[in-house]
Amino acid sequence: MSLILENIDQVIGGATHISGVNLELQPGSFNVLLGRTLAGKTTLMRLMAGLDAPARGRILMNGEDVTGRSVRKRNVSMVYQQFINYPTLTVYDNIASPLRLAKVATAEIDRRVREVAEMLHIEHLLDRLPLELSGGQQQRTAMGRALAKDADVVLFDEPLVNLDYKLREEFRDELRSVFSERNCIAVYATTEPGEALALGGNTAVLHEGRLVQYGRTEDVYHRPRDILAAELFSEPPINIVKWVVSGGEVTFDKTLHFPINDDLRGLAPGEYRFGVRASHISLLPRAESDIELKMTVDLAEISGSETFLHVHNDLYHMTAHLEGVHEFRDDAPVTLYFPTHKIYAFDHEGAVVHIPSHLGGV
Amino acid sequence: MLLLVAFSAVIPLMTVVNYSVQDVFDANTRFFTGTEWFREMLNDPALQAAVLRQFAFSLTVLAIEVPLGIGIALIMPRKGWQASAVLILVTMPLLIPWNVVGSIWQIFSRGDIGLLGWSLRELGYGYNITSSPVDAWATIILMDVWHWTPLIALLCYSGLRSIPDAYYQAARIDRASKWSVFRYIQLPKLTNVLVIGVLLRFMHSFMIYAEPFVLTGGGPGSSTTFLSQSLTTMAIGQQDLGPSAAFSLIYFLIILLVTWVFYTAIMNMQKDDYNREA
Repeated sequence: MSLILENIDQVIGGATHISGVNLELQPGSFNVLLGRTLAGKTTLMRLMAGLDAPARGRILMNGEDVTGRSVRKRNVSMVYQQFINYPTLTVYDNIASPLRLAKVATAEIDRRVREVAEMLHIEHLLDRLPLELSGGQQQRTAMGRALAKDADVVLFDEPLVNLDYKLREEFRDELRSVFSERNCIAVYATTEPGEALALGGNTAVLHEGRLVQYGRTEDVYHRPRDILAAELFSEPPINIVKWVVSGGEVTFDKTLHFPINDDLRGLAPGEYRFGVRASHISLLPRAESDIELKMTVDLAEISGSETFLHVHNDLYHMTAHLEGVHEFRDDAPVTLYFPTHKIYAFDHEGAVVHIPSHLGGV
Repeated sequence: MLLLVAFSAVIPLMTVVNYSVQDVFDANTRFFTGTEWFREMLNDPALQAAVLRQFAFSLTVLAIEVPLGIGIALIMPRKGWQASAVLILVTMPLLIPWNVVGSIWQIFSRGDIGLLGWSLRELGYGYNITSSPVDAWATIILMDVWHWTPLIALLCYSGLRSIPDAYYQAARIDRASKWSVFRYIQLPKLTNVLVIGVLLRFMHSFMIYAEPFVLTGGGPGSSTTFLSQSLTTMAIGQQDLGPSAAFSLIYFLIILLVTWVFYTAIMNMQKDDYNREA
């Protein structure tokens, strides 16, 4: 079961929501659609499900053209951000509902419902009504409905947004194990880069209706094709600063210059945009070659046991993602360090020209 | 707040209670009669007939308006300019005052100039609401259905609008039939508004006065004389203040009782629904 989108455009009410998307999803693969709100994730999923037909382009399932085929004639299932269940049916009947509509034999329904319920840890709740359950349990029921019917494509549209942090972690781990044993295509939309990384599989980065990059999740993360992919697949977004390479040195104004070492060799003289991940910036140098930056604190956000430090100098802003809780006064001077071997470089058009060598280079 | 309740409910009600247990001749001459008026009223065959007529009317209009209202709400467009246009059209009858509705239908049903009366006569049916009780009843029910079905339709429409699109999508993905969507998604969402709708419509229809009064005047004979018209005739026409006060209280208690029975029945039905399927 493969799903191929060919040159898909989608126009809704005169506005282009999807433009020129080509995507090939392999059987048994777990695929994350990563993008901000309005990036086109939901629109793309509706097309995959057959809820809408694309304005242009073709959709192939297993090599068969299903472009205009309605959802009723495709074998898909979907889990939503809201917890969608039939309110007057029990958990059991909810999970059984797609099977009953598909006229599966009663004994087989019973077997599948119990199997799915066990997998989702709701086997003790089968007699309850959805509204008597917690949010997490309601969403498990909705997932049960989606999983019970053995769909070719299972779509998750930000299913964990309305759940608390702990539950999300639990769900992600379970989802991966559930799908590792299945041969269907799973597609999972999220706005959070962290969630994409936690889910693994493949990631398609979307932006304003366009596919920015698709590949193995780790590859897309470590080897972004351009600035946009790097920015979209990092939280907080990767820091981008304009520096000039000339005469064996990287310089920036007069405030900063450092010699090109082995890590950055190969960069021809010229102006580049350098990318430094927030998590690679530290308060103390880790190696002698670390670059030192003298900045001023805008704001220190403490979240859990991490600190997001927003800083600036005369010419640019940066964000550092620091381990541990650090308190800073606003406007206090601060010295930050980052290693040269973790720097990305992009040319003036945004295409990546340097990837840290331990990640395989460009 | 208490003062407000006193003025709006308690004082008028107590005045009626006061009248219902006395025989009042003038401002200074009155006799205490106890429950005599109540007994007289309960045994009055004309009133008993009016009560039965009233129930028949209320139950008939409910039986037509509730399913019809749900049906209209289901086919009303959900978005776009069509939605606003249909909404305005549907709301229109609700904005017309009762006595005007009566007048409109009175003219509408006339054999000489009324569209309905004239058409039916042209079709060969001897339609006449002043001589045929059946015609009179049918016309009054039709009028009430025209006037008040929109209320049920609007209530249901608002109930249906509160269902997120994702439910319908999920149903389509499940390949659920239209009937399943209605039975398992829409109807459960509608029960609450329907309870309100049924109660409102019951109380409303049970107190109907101006429309039949203008349309048929309660006739032919007393075939369309409903409770409030009997009461008005007694209280204003014949100045029988004692009996009509007793009658008012009985009338009030009937509405209260039936409303309570309706409410508990529907609430229990909902509970049963959950229990049975649980």
